[in-house]
This record gives sequence, C-alpha cells and structure tokens, in this order.
Amino acid sequence: MRRLRATVRTPTGFAGSAILLLVLFFVVAGPILWGPQAARINPLDILAGPSARHPLGTDELGRDILAEVFTASRLSLELSVLATLIGAAVGVPLGAVVAVLSPRPRRLIGTLINFTVSFPGLLLAIFLAVIVGVGSTGAVLAIGFGSAPGFARLSQTLASSVTEMDYLAAARLLGVSRTRLLFRHVLRNIGEPIILNVTMSVGGALLALSGLSFLGLGVQPPSYDWGRLLSDGLANIATNPLESLGPGAAIVITGIGFNLFGESLAQVLGQRVAPRRPGRKERRRLLAEPGARPAQPLPASPGSPAGRQPILRVEGLSVTFPRQRPASRPVRDVSFELAPGEIVGIAGESGSGKSLTALAIARLLPNGAEASAARLEFLGNDMFTWRGAEASRILGTKLPMVFQDPMTSLNPALHLGIQLTEASQVHQGTPRRQALERAAERLRAVRIDRPDERLCQYPHELSGGQRQRAVIAMGLMGEPRLIIADEPTTALDTTVQRQVLAIFRELSETTHSAMIMISHDVAVLGELCSRVLVMYGGLIMEDAPVGELAGARHPYARMLVEAVPDLGTARDRPLATIQGQPPSPAALPPGCPFAPRCPRALERCRLELPAATEVSPGHRVRCFNPLTFDETLVTLVEPATP
Amino acid sequence: MNGLRQRHPSLEFYARRSLRFVLSLLAMVIVSFAMIRVIPGNPVRAQLGITATEQEIRIRTRELGLNQSLLSQLWTYLGHLFTGHLGTSITLQEPVSNIIATRLPNTLEIASMAFLVTMVLSISAGLLLGAFTNGGRHPRTELSFTATTGLLVTIPEFVLAVLLQYVFGVKLGILPIAEKSGWTSYIMPVASLSIPPAAALSRLVRVETLNALGRDYMRTARSKRLPARLLYLRHVLPNVLTATLTLGGLLLVGLIAGTVLVETVFAWPGIGSTIVQAIEQKDYPLIQALVLLLGSMVLFVNFVVDILLGAIDPRSAIRTT
Repeated sequence: MRRLRATVRTPTGFAGSAILLLVLFFVVAGPILWGPQAARINPLDILAGPSARHPLGTDELGRDILAEVFTASRLSLELSVLATLIGAAVGVPLGAVVAVLSPRPRRLIGTLINFTVSFPGLLLAIFLAVIVGVGSTGAVLAIGFGSAPGFARLSQTLASSVTEMDYLAAARLLGVSRTRLLFRHVLRNIGEPIILNVTMSVGGALLALSGLSFLGLGVQPPSYDWGRLLSDGLANIATNPLESLGPGAAIVITGIGFNLFGESLAQVLGQRVAPRRPGRKERRRLLAEPGARPAQPLPASPGSPAGRQPILRVEGLSVTFPRQRPASRPVRDVSFELAPGEIVGIAGESGSGKSLTALAIARLLPNGAEASAARLEFLGNDMFTWRGAEASRILGTKLPMVFQDPMTSLNPALHLGIQLTEASQVHQGTPRRQALERAAERLRAVRIDRPDERLCQYPHELSGGQRQRAVIAMGLMGEPRLIIADEPTTALDTTVQRQVLAIFRELSETTHSAMIMISHDVAVLGELCSRVLVMYGGLIMEDAPVGELAGARHPYARMLVEAVPDLGTARDRPLATIQGQPPSPAALPPGCPFAPRCPRALERCRLELPAATEVSPGHRVRCFNPLTFDETLVTLVEPATP
Repeated sequence: MNGLRQRHPSLEFYARRSLRFVLSLLAMVIVSFAMIRVIPGNPVRAQLGITATEQEIRIRTRELGLNQSLLSQLWTYLGHLFTGHLGTSITLQEPVSNIIATRLPNTLEIASMAFLVTMVLSISAGLLLGAFTNGGRHPRTELSFTATTGLLVTIPEFVLAVLLQYVFGVKLGILPIAEKSGWTSYIMPVASLSIPPAAALSRLVRVETLNALGRDYMRTARSKRLPARLLYLRHVLPNVLTATLTLGGLLLVGLIAGTVLVETVFAWPGIGSTIVQAIEQKDYPLIQALVLLLGSMVLFVNFVVDILLGAIDPRSAIRTT
C-alpha cells in the first residue's frame, strides 16, 4: 500500500493511475449512463457526421458512436480481465510446479514453456477460432492460453530463485512434500511480482482482444467492444473518420494508462533514482572547497632526476562529479612527476581516489566526472588541449593501461587478435598480417603458450591470468612510454599474481617504460616501485622513496605499512586494522580527511588542510603533526575487535 | 554425443537445434491435421449451413476425406504435404497451393521490408541515443525519446494503420488508401508494421548501448584511442546484438501475426487477409494449410534466430545446449 502511494506520487504514476481510474469509471458507469443512448436506433439519422448531438457521429443504424464507445468499456475490459485471469490461472501454477520438480522433467517443461512463449497469441486465436467457432469465448480462451506461457516462465524464474534459497533446501531435507512446499513457501514468496505482472498484462490482453474483434474473430454482433467498433468504423473512414478513430483512441489511451502505471510501479519497486544536475549554488560550494583550485605553484617537484625531461607532469589535479547529488570531489590537488623508466606506486584504501587519478591522467574519466589541473602534461603535451589524430596516435600507442579485472576488461564479443592489433592498425597503419605476427610475438613475450591459436580465441576461452597477460601484451603492441596499471593483480590468485608482477618487472627493464602501479597492497608496491604515493580522501598524504616507506612520516601511511602482515606477525593475535571508515568523497571534512581516525590529530587538523611539505629530498608529507623517522607507532595499530 | 560435445561444442549445438526444429515442424503438421478433426459436431454441416441436404454433406465429406479412418487420413495428409498437394479451397474453388503461391509473396514483401526497416531504424536510433545520453547527459533528449517510443509501443499496429490511413490516405490524399498498386502503396502497411516494434527495439538497443558503454572493456577500448566509428560499431554493436536479436526474433514472429491485422486494414492481397476470410467462411482446407504455413514460419524464424545467436555469441551456444 505504501508502495502504491509512492507510485501515485511520481508524475508517470499519477498520470497512469488517473487514466486507469477514468477507465474504471466508464467500466462501472458506462453501460448505465450511456447504454440506453447507445442502443437507441434512429433510422432518420444514419451515418451522420460529428455534430453537437453526436460528437463522433452515428453508425449505420443511427446509434450514437460516443455512447457506444463509453458503453463498450465494460465488455472490453471484462473480457481482457477474464483472459488475463485464465492465462494466470494456467501459467502461474505450471511455472511454480516446474520449480519444485526434479531436474529432468523441469528441463523438459522449461524448454516447452520457452518454446511456446515465442508463439504469437494471434495464431493460437485463429486456431481456437476454428475449433470453438468464431466468437468472444474463443477469443478470450485464445488470449488467455496465449498468455499462459509468459506467466509460466515468469513464475518459473521467480520460483526457482526461491527454491535455490537455503531454507527451502532445508524444508526439502526435512521431508516436506512437494505440494506443501509449493503452497507454503513458493507461491507465497512470489505473490507480489506475479500480481503486479498480472495486473499489467490486462493492458496487453485488451490490445490483443481488440485486434481479434477488429478482425471479426472476437466479439460478435449484436455485442460490441472497442475493436469491433473500430472495424465497423473502418468502412466509413472516408466519410466519418471519427467513427473509427474514437474507439481507436479508447484502446490506445487505456493501453497507455496500464503502461504508465506499470512502469512507475516497477520503478518504485526497483527503487531507481535518476541522478540530478547540481544547482548553481552547489557548483559554487564545490569551487569554494579546499583543494578545488591548485594552491600556489609547487616547489621544484621531487623525484625527477635533474636534467631529464619528465614523462608525466601532474600539478594540482582534481576530479569532480558535478552532476552527482551531493556533488563530490574524490581527487584533490594531486601533484607528482614521473621520470622515464621510473615506477611509481599509488597506495590507498578503496575510495581514496587512486583509480580516478589514473583515469584522469589518461583522460579516460567516465561521463559525469570532470578533471581540472594547473598542469597535466604527458611527453610535454598539455592533456587538456591536446586533441586530434596525432594525440590519439601517441596516446593510443605510448600510454597503455592495464585494469583490475581481466575478466571484464577484454571485449567478450571479439577475438583476441582484433583486440590486440586494432590500435596498431589504426594508429600506425600496420597491415593486418604484420600486426597479427607482432601480436603473437608479444603474447609469447608475456609467456602465453600457443600464441597463434590464442589470437583466434575469444576472451572467455582464456584463464584470468592469461587474460591479464593478454591485456599487458596489448599494451606492448605500440612503444609504451608510460604504463598505467590499476590493481593489475588484485583479481588474480597468489601464484598468478607473482607471475604477473614478474612480467611487469621484466617489462620495465626491456622497454624502459615508466609505470604507475596502483594497489591497495603496500607490499606489492614495495617490491616493484622506486617511489610510493599514499593517497587518502583524494589527497596525496605522503610521497616517499620506497626505501623510506618503512619509516613513513604520515600517521596514515605508517599505519598502512605496519598493517602488512609478515612472517614475524604474531599468529595468535588478530590482524592489525586501521579503525574507522574512510570518508565519503561527497562529505569531506574541511581539514585533514584522516583527522577523524588519526591518533595524532591536533585541533588544527580538523579545521585546516595541511599543505604538502618536503621533509627530505624527494619525500613530501601532508601533515601538521608528522612522525619522526624513528618514532614507532605500534600503539596506533589496534588489533581488530572481533 | 559426449565425444562430439568435447570436440565440437558448437556443432552439437547446431545439431540439437536442427533436431528440435524438425520435431516441432512435425508437431505443427500434426496440430494442423488434428485441428479440423477435433471440431465439435459435424464441421461439414457447419460449413454448408443448415439448408444443406444429406447428399451434399456426404459428397463434401468424401471430398475432404473425412469418411476414412483417422490413421489413413493422417497418412494421406502427410503424403499430400510432401507432394505439395494441399487440397482445394471450398470457397475460392482453386487449389490451395495456387492461392498460397499468389498471396504469400505479397505478405513476405511487406513483412521483410518491415523487418528491415525495424532493424535499421532501431539499431541506428538506439546506438545514437545511447551514445548521446550516456552518463546522464542530455536528459531532455532522453525524456522525449522514452516518451515518444513509449507512446508508439502502446499503439497497436491496427490502430496505427487506421490512423495512418486516415491522415495520409483520406485527409492528405498523398498515399493510396488501400490495396496493392505502385510502390507508394507499400509505405503505409510497412510503416504500420514497423513503427511499434521499432519503438520497442530502439528502447532496448539504447539501454543495451548504455550498458555496454559502462563496461570495463569499453574503457580498455577507449584507452586505445580508437576512432568513434570503431568504438561503436566494433566494440559496442556486437555486444548489443545478442539482446537485440533475441527481441528482434520475437518481433519478427509478432510481425507474422501483425500482417494479418495490417493486411485486413489495407485490403492487402496477402495470406493474412486470406486466413481471416477463410475462417469466417469455414474454408477448412485453406485454413489448415495457412495455419500450417504461418506456424512453420514462426518456427523457422525462431530457429534462425537461435542459430544466429549461437554464431554471434559463442558463449550462449555452449550455455544453452
């Protein structure tokens, strides 16, 4: 009932229920109020056009057509409801029974249902019209039986989702009989969606029945429904088009009513909420937030060996979702540089902004996200203004990306060969054959066996580790200068993780490409990278050479390092965790985002955002109260409370 | 079968589907045969009317072969089917095979045109709108698209046909009102057959496009900086096709039924309008043949869609065997 009220409150739901109420009014009152008028034969007023007395004109016996349309509401809807009920009465139990059957008959009946679903009801109606004779009985039966397979499939799907639940398996183990199972558990649990669907199907039945009556296979004279009126009017369409358009409109409007109501009811049940655009006020609030605009120009950035042009230069990068409500800024004021061949790691919990940082750098942010920066340069080109074929060619061949889940990052509908070679073919004009040869060679380089065969395979024919290697091989097709790998090993099991990491290490040596390696696992980064950026709440909290990571200065970074279990971790104690939750990017505190969880937080930390300061060459920290290098933080890492 | 499954999973899939197709065709033949035999009362008397004499009824019964045993009737029926002999229409006094030969092409013409228009229209509109409204952009365009297609989906094809007939045939007088003549006479039947399914299908294509665009593999494809043409036609389209083809097959099956209605509105000389007349006049040999024909067409479409789906989406082939 609450849902019904919520449905009526949506604009579509309101329109739909208004139409349906109107239809209901005509169903109840139509034959009473207009029935006598519709039955009045007037030989002096035959086939008259629209007039004040007869808004839609009269038929060949001089009866008022508008009155007939109103009167016909009852029969039209009655028959539709009847047909739907027949369909539901046959289909729903059938589908539910199937769900509690043993596998073999289940599969057989399931196939039969699927098969009959695709058979048009009209053909069944023709078939029944032949056997039971032309008339409303045959039509109602036909539409009813025609809709039964659809109901059966729906209830079968719903019921099997119920039967797969544990409590039903338990009930079965306890020896509850199938019939009891069906009535006590299955039907009760699938009732609501079934009733919803049955209600909405009345609209479809109405259209189908009107079609049959229109063909002369449904309601027979002297009775009439909307379809019958429409087909009677068709003969006079040249002289009085309203005679056929009137009943046509009644059919369409009722159909729309059912559709609108059903759609909004489904929406309310599904709780779909559409994203809204932010108001101007909200945009202004975003811009006023700390970190919205890059602060002062940064001091000479650390990390890049002097004299060498950096591959990547990022200054004051932020990412916003201006259309989200509330608008959010999950990446703020991120700055760093990357020298040729350097491997930098980005560490942090999920939601810390590391992936969005990577996507913003590669200019691959999803729709709805916007990046801004004082400077964002790849190979000396401004990524915000650099466009055109040249930009695509360089980005497409020199900046490959490897994503977290190899199961989803390859296109399931395309052969590996196409996916590996297309960038070379588009950007470098490599002939297909040559590109395929190179692809096979690259696959071999990432140690995939039978590379020529693999090129003709679909992604689903490869294992997870193989797929991730294939994605890496894809990145090697051009001449990579910067490889961005976003959690490339997270979705893989431990042994495969090792192998993939080894491939990355090897690549860095053979290709001299720089890399950004994103991971929530500090241990992985420590093995591979020369420098690690620790992110929290969209900010870089610490940017430290890997050698100084063990003595990280920022409390969060230190906790992250110390939370990594090693061989010396006591096994009888729970693993260390960092207490509390990371902040939502939509509700960041004005000060340091870590302050609420930080044991060293000062009053100032909650009010003001600390700037990044250099604590030693190539080591920056964003903290008002950093740890000293050899200060220990054992007390900070609390064991998880069970 | 097990060895075959291991070596050629797709071959096994095709074999199973073909077997199912043949079996269902057989079932269809039996159903069309049984249809006339299960009519309550005497169908011959019903057809000839109450004024018919015993003599007339006996002659007609013999003509229809209804006086023989059921088994031998079935045997004759099957034999006739294989030789293409489908009996003689009672009302038109013409071999049923002739009637089908002259009328089926007319139906196939508008049905295939309508299917083509539906597919082209809905795939291009759905892809374009999907790309255009991706990520909540252009909410106004999205709203007007869903509202328009939502309305068009609701209008049944015969009401649309009558509406078009009135507007373009009667009011504006720019298209022939009914009957088959020059190429202009095709426009309205094809439009009324294709507009409602095209509206439904373009909604699906748009949703599937949005769905595909949000997938990880599209991010990978974008990271290769492919031109938009390749991005949409190579990477999105095949992933949209599976669902599109599934619904497209259903719509095509619906088209077969839809032609019956639309042909009646436009007095189109196809088998759809013929079957309605045949039912009204209880022309059993003709009804029997046409039911068999329409039913087989439905089965054939389902079969072809299944096979195509297996070819496009190799995973579905393995899954559903």
